[in-house]
Amino acid sequence: MTVEAEAAIHADPHHIPADADYLTYERGWKSWLTTVDHKRIGVMYLISILLAFFAGGVFALILRTELLTPGRTIMEADTYNEMFTLHGAIMVFLFIIPSIPAAIGNFVLPIMLGAKDVAFPKLNLASLYIYWVGAIFTLVAITQGHIDTGWTFYTPYSTRADNSAIWMTIGVFILGFSSILTGLNFIATVHTMRGPGMHWRRLPLFIWGTYATAVIQVLATPVLAITLALLAMEKIVGVGVFDPALGGDPVLFQHFFWFYSHPAVYIMILPGMAIVNEVIATFSRRKIFGYMFIAMSSVALALLGFLVWGHHMFVSGQSEYATMVFSALTFLVAIPSGVKIFNWLATLYQGSISLESPMLYSLAFIALFTIGGLTGLFLGTLSTDIHLHDTYFVVAHFHYVMVGGTVFGFLSGLHYWWPKITGRLYDERWARVAFSLVFIGFNVTFLSQFVLGSRGMPRRYYSYLDQFQPLHMTSSGGAYVLGVGFLVMAVMFAKSLKSGEKAGRNPWGSAGYEWQTSPRPHPHNFAEQPVFTRGPYDYHLASERELFTGTDAEWDTHVAKKAEA
Amino acid sequence: MSTDAHGNSKFLQHHYDTPAQQFGAAKLGMWLFLAQELLFFSGLFVAYGVYRSWYPDAWVVGSHLLDYRMGTANTCVLLLSSFTAVMAVRSAQTGNQKATGNFLLATIFLAGCFMVVKYFEYHHKFEVGYLPGQHFAPHGEGLVEIVAAARETGVNGVPFHLRTFFGLYFVMTGIHGLHVLVGMFVMGWMWNRNRKGEFSKRYSTPVEMTALYWHLVDIIWIFLFPLLYLID
Ligand code: HEM
Ligand SMILES: [Cu+2]
Repeated sequence: MTVEAEAAIHADPHHIPADADYLTYERGWKSWLTTVDHKRIGVMYLISILLAFFAGGVFALILRTELLTPGRTIMEADTYNEMFTLHGAIMVFLFIIPSIPAAIGNFVLPIMLGAKDVAFPKLNLASLYIYWVGAIFTLVAITQGHIDTGWTFYTPYSTRADNSAIWMTIGVFILGFSSILTGLNFIATVHTMRGPGMHWRRLPLFIWGTYATAVIQVLATPVLAITLALLAMEKIVGVGVFDPALGGDPVLFQHFFWFYSHPAVYIMILPGMAIVNEVIATFSRRKIFGYMFIAMSSVALALLGFLVWGHHMFVSGQSEYATMVFSALTFLVAIPSGVKIFNWLATLYQGSISLESPMLYSLAFIALFTIGGLTGLFLGTLSTDIHLHDTYFVVAHFHYVMVGGTVFGFLSGLHYWWPKITGRLYDERWARVAFSLVFIGFNVTFLSQFVLGSRGMPRRYYSYLDQFQPLHMTSSGGAYVLGVGFLVMAVMFAKSLKSGEKAGRNPWGSAGYEWQTSPRPHPHNFAEQPVFTRGPYDYHLASERELFTGTDAEWDTHVAKKAEA
Repeated sequence: MSTDAHGNSKFLQHHYDTPAQQFGAAKLGMWLFLAQELLFFSGLFVAYGVYRSWYPDAWVVGSHLLDYRMGTANTCVLLLSSFTAVMAVRSAQTGNQKATGNFLLATIFLAGCFMVVKYFEYHHKFEVGYLPGQHFAPHGEGLVEIVAAARETGVNGVPFHLRTFFGLYFVMTGIHGLHVLVGMFVMGWMWNRNRKGEFSKRYSTPVEMTALYWHLVDIIWIFLFPLLYLID
């Protein structure tokens, strides 16, 4: 090193030693609250959404317990209505929507791009603060009286009845801005922060997926924002845009709401699919099949997602012609979804598959998402939807896509990147036990709901006919198994944090770029700017060093042994 | 990132390699933000379109009750302010610190004029009871004006949905006005940064982004004005 270069490094306030890692480089809670490091922000998001998931999960178990018997089991009907509203709103707005993009995406996206950070690090931190403020409003809603509108806030009930929907509306409005800022940041990052050699055809598919998601976040969320703003003004100053008594139209609210909320289901599922791409390639040790098809199908889903909102309103009094058009467009969504499934299966074909926990979750994703998607077609068909609308069939459908899809995808990613985030390994046996419990529990809970729904059990009901009891009890039983599964997983991860074995830089032997950083990444992601010379799935081009699964020390002994031989 | 040869390091954030990259990111980010804003307003425009096609009578009368002279004046004021905003950017890019400050002040002043005119418009409507939705209760002069407007436009009686018209009028212009206030605030901030000499030929991105935002606020008004004031 020249004297000048050395002097420059000492003069540079941003210079960080090569062996620093993002978790321990700075310490103290202040350093966390003021950080602009995308990895730390990702970790704080992760903790926040896991808390939300826990809260939403507790509400879910309460609901299932109430449904063990017809009539009152543990609470009154009014309380039940509050419980399902809180469950739905927390799960959707506080957990699923920020889950993969803001927590996992924040952590890995810039690393995969070879960037030091996202394009707007301060905005990134701001989005987390906004999320917290939104969450506080949601909590206030709980304490300010009762909120029982369901997560959809349909008018005129939400504006006329005596409830605290207004607080939650404001909370969700605020959460929306957090989501917009994340999306905006990711788009700008992908466009302007790619490292040398990272051209568009080399982007990891995880990035294509989060990119498509970000487009929806930026373009759909503001429509929800204005809808909720109108709802709030309706409640506060009686503007009357959605109130039939004042000449407004409640169906317009539904149009607005679903114009956001259908695209929002792609905000939920695309990142899940994005994770599955990475995991399937890694655990098949194979170049992903049909790279461009997968990338473009994400974009296609993002765009098509804007054209099908009317399928939630087939029985709301839409014109007959509109319903037919929406039904036909809904069927089109099956094409890009199918493209993905076929490409994943083709990737698995003749791969050298290993079934570690991330892979188990991803394989489960494929199966469960297929069920969720295919049952969507029953709902998209006009004649069958008249029968199935607002029954447990719909509940089962969206849980298969949102839990079977997004949550399994999220768990797959959490297991997959856990060693990179924490620098530690976890106990694979217990991870598999947890997986089995979650998988079985989930299917028992929701398969029975398909049957319930097709037999006419309406959704959002507190009580039911006696004939439904066996299936309801089965469903509740499954929910408890699911709960135990998550408990096992939580203990497994806690043990890993406390005493897990130290991970190497690439414990899964992946060719993905993010595995080339040190076990816990450097604050600037790579101590030296990487230059990308191969694709993220090019196993045939990756060096032995890149694919080595042990720690750096083990690599040294490995090299020494080889030299001896 | 160490200090580079151009002496730009103060404004080049550590995670960017070059000022060009930083500028590109800022610009893209701003355009995305504007796209987001447009979609935010689009909800209001859709609601407007739906109700206008359902209740044409109320819309014709309602638009007649708005004072198109005030609206026109405000349109001119905003157009002029977009011009001064452009000039502020131009001066910042050429490194003319004093002119930048003055053009920013001029823009803030014009925005203030817009708000004052809006205040008088709102004030009059409050007085005569042209309030949104549930509170709509025209009286005295307000009633007289409505009857006159109805006669002039060939509408029978007082359309019930005038309340919807005024509901949307207040929401649309109110949210737009909020954007004007935010713009004034941001321009004041820019004025202060300019005063401290933070901008130069090499670095004027924040001023440029602020101007982009201001043009959006202007364009939205360009749509609001004919839709609300001039439709009969
Ligand atoms: C793959 C193709 C899909 C199709 C064809 C489809 C179709 C539908 C249809 C027609 C409905 C309305 C049913 C009714 O209310 O009568 C519906 C409801 C729903 N879907 Fe999907 N869907 C698909 C994927 C997804 C995905 C990926 C998600 C989420 C990740 C999702 C989440 C939901 C939710 C949350 C509802 C219920 C909304 C409510 O009323 O609370 N769907 N789906
Ligand atoms: Cu939908």
